[in-house]
Amino acid sequence: MQFFEDIEVGTRTVLGRHTFTADEIKTFAREFDPQPFHLDEAAAARSLFGGLIASGWHSVAMWMRLNIDHQQRADAARRARDEPVAELGLSPGFRELKWLKPVHVGDTITYATEVVATRVSNSRPGWGLITIRNTGTNQKGELALSFVSTAFLQRRPAG
Amino acid sequence: MPAITFEDFTTGSVTEIGPRLVTADEIVAFAAAFDPQPMHLGDEGGRAAGLGGLIASGWHTCAILMRMIVDGFVRDAASMGSPGVEEVRWLKPVRPGDHLTARRTVLETRVSRSRPEMGLVTFLFEVRNQSGDVVMELTSPLMIGRRTPLEISD
Repeated sequence: MQFFEDIEVGTRTVLGRHTFTADEIKTFAREFDPQPFHLDEAAAARSLFGGLIASGWHSVAMWMRLNIDHQQRADAARRARDEPVAELGLSPGFRELKWLKPVHVGDTITYATEVVATRVSNSRPGWGLITIRNTGTNQKGELALSFVSTAFLQRRPAG
Repeated sequence: MPAITFEDFTTGSVTEIGPRLVTADEIVAFAAAFDPQPMHLGDEGGRAAGLGGLIASGWHTCAILMRMIVDGFVRDAASMGSPGVEEVRWLKPVRPGDHLTARRTVLETRVSRSRPEMGLVTFLFEVRNQSGDVVMELTSPLMIGRRTPLEISD
């Protein structure tokens, strides 16, 4: 990661995209969200969704995967340039998660993140808190999911 | 008609769901798929981050709670999904061997204006480990079908 001081409010980053297959939708749902519209094509076709859809937890977990992949690529590039890499701390949580459109089999979701606020941590010297708005947009350009999360990020060491 | 419908939820009612054991293998498997950070992939990564060992991804804790919710009541309810989550607070790490329970409190119930065949029930789930520490709080409305849909006349 960049250090806290280098994060600018308003910066938007496209993290990557993912196409959801029927197999992975059902695998996730069997373990974590075994409801008929996530598991069974015939039952899903009869439901108000009109076909199999991914668990909302699956579509949002994929945001996290692409976020981490993006960060790890960026950190590898910084190390290759002999630049220091800031540590990303734990997240205290998130809010305003909206599942706006169902994610159907074959949908391609493009995930992005935008910095909406930054502040120095009062409780943890050497750390800042960044607030980001995260989105997933389908291949028709419709916003499918959105949430606002917070994470601790290391400040640039003095000197 | 499923056994549990919108009418069965009363504001203020409290129910316990779980327990659910969390294993090291499932923590690592979830992280490998969705959150491949060192503290979620092995004890060494967790110690290096000052966390004392392997901890579960917060997203994994959310997914585990979802499974507890399905097993606890949604499987028998007229579930129509959820529009989202108002807030999640990750308060303490979830570790291998933890037994999680969730206290479910009904915060609000209201009939949908746009779709009177269902209602929205907003729940607070407080997830605790075997020591009684709250590890996560999650507030979310679920859409649940009504037993006796009525016309909304306003």
